[in-house]
Amino acid sequence: MNTHDIEEIQRSVEKQHTFTLGPLQTGPACCDPQPIVQVKNFSLHYDNKTALDKVTLDIYRGCITALIGPSGCGKTSFLSAINRLTDLIPNCKVVGHIQVDGVDIYQSACDVQVLRQQIGMVFQKPTPFPLSIRRNIELPLREHGVTKRAEVEAVSEQVLRDVGLWHEVHDRLDSAALSLSGGQQQRLCIARALALKPKILLMDEPCSALDPIASGVVEDLIVGLQGRYTIVIVTHNLAQARRIANYAAFFWVKERAGHLIEFGHCRDIFETPVHQLTAAYVSGARG
Amino acid sequence: MFRSVFTDTLLRWVLQAGAVVSALVMAMIMLFLLSESWPVLQHLSLAQFLTDSSWHPLEGSYNLTPMLSGTLYASMGALLLAVPLGIASAIFIVYYASPRSALLYRRLIELLAGIPSVVFGFWGLTTLVPLVNQLHPPGASLLAGILVLTLMILPTIALMTYAALIAVPDEYIRSAAALGLSGWSMIRGVALPAARTGIVAGIVLAAGRALGETMAVLMVAGNVVQHADSLFDPIRTLAANIALEMAYAMGDHRAVLFVSGLMLMLLVMTLSGLAGWLGKKSYA
Repeated sequence: MNTHDIEEIQRSVEKQHTFTLGPLQTGPACCDPQPIVQVKNFSLHYDNKTALDKVTLDIYRGCITALIGPSGCGKTSFLSAINRLTDLIPNCKVVGHIQVDGVDIYQSACDVQVLRQQIGMVFQKPTPFPLSIRRNIELPLREHGVTKRAEVEAVSEQVLRDVGLWHEVHDRLDSAALSLSGGQQQRLCIARALALKPKILLMDEPCSALDPIASGVVEDLIVGLQGRYTIVIVTHNLAQARRIANYAAFFWVKERAGHLIEFGHCRDIFETPVHQLTAAYVSGARG
Repeated sequence: MFRSVFTDTLLRWVLQAGAVVSALVMAMIMLFLLSESWPVLQHLSLAQFLTDSSWHPLEGSYNLTPMLSGTLYASMGALLLAVPLGIASAIFIVYYASPRSALLYRRLIELLAGIPSVVFGFWGLTTLVPLVNQLHPPGASLLAGILVLTLMILPTIALMTYAALIAVPDEYIRSAAALGLSGWSMIRGVALPAARTGIVAGIVLAAGRALGETMAVLMVAGNVVQHADSLFDPIRTLAANIALEMAYAMGDHRAVLFVSGLMLMLLVMTLSGLAGWLGKKSYA
């Protein structure tokens, strides 16, 4: 056996150990859907513009649900309604209910900070804070009560390994997060969200601002997270939705308001869509 | 860099002329200060400005340290008060005030920045000094100087911090919120570090103004040449010293005043050097 082979084996051993998340969440397989987020008659208005009109939809535990549709059809609004990020937008009004694990998140009793700890979010543009790599993960951890130095370091290492960033940055954790490449920045943002041990990950076109190679890396990462987390992903890339999603929800603009047109198994949406609009959109005829 | 087109060439010359003129003015002032203080620098050692027994320029005794300490105490005192106040008011305006009251506060602070220093001095003399006097005579004191300076540099710090905080990208704020950070954690952990360069620039500008401010301080600080032992002791700053004595100074005395001008410039330059070094350590 030459040294090259040994290196190869070491690398594969290392690879087996890189996932430290533990076994798949004991959630049901996707053929036995169990809802974790239940959206009922949910409407969202900005001033007097309606972004979403009466959306009813279940999101299933452990699955990847893709939200597809043309720009301006309310996909991102829907996504940010799930962790109440819509609270940041002045004059934004919601009607209807969203339940996460059976709890209505728009009730006043719901603690938004706890909600957002359970529901991580990744944006289109990578948004690491202008701090060191280490501090980017430390900041939210400390906010949520993980203050012991050893614990913070352990979690940081674990999540950086999980997003495949550890071997790239372990020797420069104190350098600026903004000095990383776009793909690395996005993976750092995912790591930062994972550090809080969320149940649900919301992803708003996480690959569209990245070059094709980085985009592929992030996509593989998302697939690797399936089952461990419930993932809701907005994407304009239909091929990507088709590759990675278990379920797909198709949104369309009708009478200047976003509507949910069709929801179902990803394969059904793409191969045997019920609605004409869906068929036109996924075949590329419209949108 | 660009293809040479007549208008481009013209613009280049106009811009370059502007740059050269402003750089030249700076160099000329420096040169002027040096040439005016040259006679005394030639036959007095620099150490004398620190070791002479006292400031009695007519008797050839040129100890500048009381003025130096007065300048530093007053400026540092003012910064100690104005930096937290200024940053706090900017944070309030950007993140907590309603749009309408934010506008009102900002306008008021801008107005404060526009008040001439002699008006500050006048107000200090008629209002502040009697108040300090009630606390502890004589009233005209280091404390009065610090308070007037604080008011004068507060708007600079507040407005620069405001501009820096407003420029913090929205994405940072949304990301911080999405991670479940509370408002204050977001401000302390993300917004302030992101705005650091602008805030430091504001503090440096303010410090420069505090070090060099003449009229307002001269009117309220008492102008006694001494090292202050308490906040209630009158002090004289370098700038006030120049203004007070320039009218009648002659010969070496006059040249020494220029030396103190040089010292002031040196102080300000050290400060901006320090700020540049601090800015480099930013992660942005």
